[in-house]
Amino acid sequence: MNAPIQLGRKDLMSDQEVRWCPGCGDYAILKSVQGALAGLGVAKENMVVISGIGCAARFPYYMDTYGFHSIHGRAPAFATGAKMANPDLSVWVIGGDGDMMSIGGNHLIHLLRRNVDLTVLLFNNRIYGLTKGQFSPTTGKGVKTKSSPMGSIDEAFNPLSLALGAGATFVGRSVDVWGKHLEAMVSAAHAHKGTSFIEILQNCIIFNKDVHDGTVGRATKAEHSVDVVHGQPVIFGANSDKGIRLNGFTPEVVNVADVDASELLVHDETAGGLGQLLAGFDLPDLPMVTGILRRVERPTYEVAMDAQVAEAQAGGVPSLDDLFAQGDTWTVE
Amino acid sequence: MTEAAQTSPPSEELASVVIRFAGDSGDGVQLTGSQFTTTSALAGNDIATLPDYPAEIRAPAGTLFGVSGYQLQFGSVAVRTPGDQPDALVAFNPAALKTNLARLRRGGLIVVNTDAFNKRNLTKAGYDSNPLEDDSLVGYQLVKVGMTELTRLALADSPLGKKDKDRAKNFFALGLVYFLYSRDLQHTISWISTKFEGKQDVIDANVKALKTGYNYALTTQIFVSTFRISEARITPGRYRNLTGNMATALGFVSAARTAGIDLFLGSYPITPASDILHALSSMRSQGVRTLQAEDEIAAVCAAIGASYAGHLGICSTSGPGLALKGEAIGLALMVELPMVVINVQRGGPSTGLPTKTEQSDLFIAMYGRNGESPLPIVAASSPADCFEAAYEAARISVKWRTPVIFMSDGYLGNGSEPWKIPDSASLPPIDPAFLGADAADGFQPYSRDPETLARPWVKPGTPGLEHRIGGLEKEHLTGNVSYDPANHQRMCELRRDKVNRVRMDMGPLHVSGERTGDVLVIGWGSTRGAIATAVEAAQAEGKRVTHSHQRYIHPLHPDLDDLIRGFDKVLVPEINLGQLVKVLRAEYLVDARGFNKITGQPLNVGEIRKAIDDLLYGDA
Repeated sequence: MNAPIQLGRKDLMSDQEVRWCPGCGDYAILKSVQGALAGLGVAKENMVVISGIGCAARFPYYMDTYGFHSIHGRAPAFATGAKMANPDLSVWVIGGDGDMMSIGGNHLIHLLRRNVDLTVLLFNNRIYGLTKGQFSPTTGKGVKTKSSPMGSIDEAFNPLSLALGAGATFVGRSVDVWGKHLEAMVSAAHAHKGTSFIEILQNCIIFNKDVHDGTVGRATKAEHSVDVVHGQPVIFGANSDKGIRLNGFTPEVVNVADVDASELLVHDETAGGLGQLLAGFDLPDLPMVTGILRRVERPTYEVAMDAQVAEAQAGGVPSLDDLFAQGDTWTVE
Repeated sequence: MTEAAQTSPPSEELASVVIRFAGDSGDGVQLTGSQFTTTSALAGNDIATLPDYPAEIRAPAGTLFGVSGYQLQFGSVAVRTPGDQPDALVAFNPAALKTNLARLRRGGLIVVNTDAFNKRNLTKAGYDSNPLEDDSLVGYQLVKVGMTELTRLALADSPLGKKDKDRAKNFFALGLVYFLYSRDLQHTISWISTKFEGKQDVIDANVKALKTGYNYALTTQIFVSTFRISEARITPGRYRNLTGNMATALGFVSAARTAGIDLFLGSYPITPASDILHALSSMRSQGVRTLQAEDEIAAVCAAIGASYAGHLGICSTSGPGLALKGEAIGLALMVELPMVVINVQRGGPSTGLPTKTEQSDLFIAMYGRNGESPLPIVAASSPADCFEAAYEAARISVKWRTPVIFMSDGYLGNGSEPWKIPDSASLPPIDPAFLGADAADGFQPYSRDPETLARPWVKPGTPGLEHRIGGLEKEHLTGNVSYDPANHQRMCELRRDKVNRVRMDMGPLHVSGERTGDVLVIGWGSTRGAIATAVEAAQAEGKRVTHSHQRYIHPLHPDLDDLIRGFDKVLVPEINLGQLVKVLRAEYLVDARGFNKITGQPLNVGEIRKAIDDLLYGDA
């Protein structure tokens, strides 16, 4: 074996000038992803970043790895083909909420269903940025945008619920400016065998400024969000004084001091249904959940495919001439 | 059998015969037809077939729209089409008789299952009176056999239920027809034994029905005479009967293996292309990976992704799917990666006629993408030719790093003919020529081969060649995103010129006949057999007519221009309203005339002969 691969963040920076708007949350994400990927022990020639269309989809141009800026919404399909062709590649799919929740929604759910071993980073700013400010599938109901001047009448998708519903084996949520948290999530996603899905709450400074501030902003996050950790009680608040108790099927916020510790909800990444419950947490009654909501093992698609190939070739690879001569043949003298 | 031989009716030698089996979807018509085909191939005949399915999987029994047909021509002479008009029709019910009678040659033979001609079925088929009993079939040789009842009697001792026994009647019919055309039963008996292995009762019943049909015809002398069709003069070699879709699958597997890379198929089920997905899904031992994608777009995108990572990525579809793939094909063209789209054309537009054949996707293949987006288009011209054409499409795609559209159609895909099994060592070389880490010094992802103008194919995982590709316009050489006006002009021209350079590898243009004359008939795709037969007939009559069939739809063959100049008139028969003809008129400023029919059926030899004569002697 070769010596372990040591990369610095700069090794993953391409020579292309970064062209996102000043103050865009994408800068922070780029920095964290580069930092996380540099620490994976993966050679950069084995990293492939595949994106669709949108502001987020410019991401591959800024990574000094193999990169493919494809077409709107289809990155999961390109990535599936690439990973099946070469399972040794470390494949990263990048896209925004318009790209992956709207035009590419179908590909995303089928990727998660198949459990191809790669990571999806969804940059969710709840708006179409590159086309300049239309409501997206994650824009809240009633929000006024250029294409919803009287307020959007569309119900919003919850990306984590959607991913869990599609059978995702790794589902998490982080925030663009939470550097350490995001890096840890990206590393954990890489370590997971199967499709990892991370929703990154991202700030579009031009068209949807501070949209996530009410939940994960500097001033609000302590009281309005909760970071879940496997095996730990779900506790939040500036003084870690709040917990969650299940009242039948209904979660409710309780003061930790008022209840017995056994009544507090303890996070379990593998518990069926808990991920969906946590994904549904929202203000005003419940804090927004960050961290890894669900992580379970399931066979991966490309490995299953290669196993079929290996099984079919167990007795040796038939020659083309053998293949040609299958079935009824006859010879003309 | 000497006694039987003595009582046999007179036997007549025929050069070729067209026979059509027709019945309910559940009557086993396709099975009966394909058994007859293989048996005839094993007897050394040349063959062409045309399965003709209804759109419904199991339409209500006895209805006109539920009729399934299987036509084949077999002969001791060269057979290039399934035939214009059947000489014989085997009709399993009144609906089959009604929908197929008009095709039958006047004076032709009709074999019917009288047991199916009951009041109920006659009503469903729209007959006021029983055509077997009135004079509506005067002028045909009508042979009436109670197939259902005779099969039941023959299987009286079988432990099978009544329904299962009745299903054996198609073998009874096959036995009748085998006797009529002096065919051997052995192949079908072996096939039944293999197909129903482990179900001895079913094997016994079907074999019994087959033999009973044969013997019934022999002893009752229901046929005035029987026929013999000698072996055709066929190039020596080993043969196998192959549908176009199977030939297509084999062609791509062969190309990938010759190139030393694995084949990847992305596909979404669609009639009439699905058999390619089925065939390739069963070839894992050849290293084939198949993705049955969530939709047509994912199928093509996954194929591009696989090519990007170093496999030969292909996808199989039909017209509606090709329409959906347009944007992704444009991306493949922009990132200049190999990828082949197989388009098994069917009747359009929209959902159109899924189970019928047509050549109406030439325009979408040529022009169905945004922007200036030329790509090579290769067309197969017979079921067995799908092998070579598919291989050629893959070879071009790899050599020029470009998406290629491979054009087949429903008639080619489902039709079959004998395929001379090639020696794999004789296949043309294909070299993926992946760039290695040793090329890192001065590497430019959009540099070009001076001869082909193709850019390098670099697999992710190659150290030192990390680069980014995508759908935004590329800067010449570096591949960086570029909005530079002069660069865009240059890149559009480079992509065009690259595709035009496919001409350098095309080999000789197909020309059948003199290089000068009165009429040049230019065709493409599945009309080849009909045009060749029609032109040969015209030539035999001393007419100065030549046929040139186009394997390459884009770019066109470099010698076609000169050939056209040698003729007074140009005729372009197509199963559409005139597509190649418009391309030829635009490309060569020639007053080419179309002969166009769009009925969902292959062109007939007779109508092409008439079109040639109209052009020769008409005022046109």
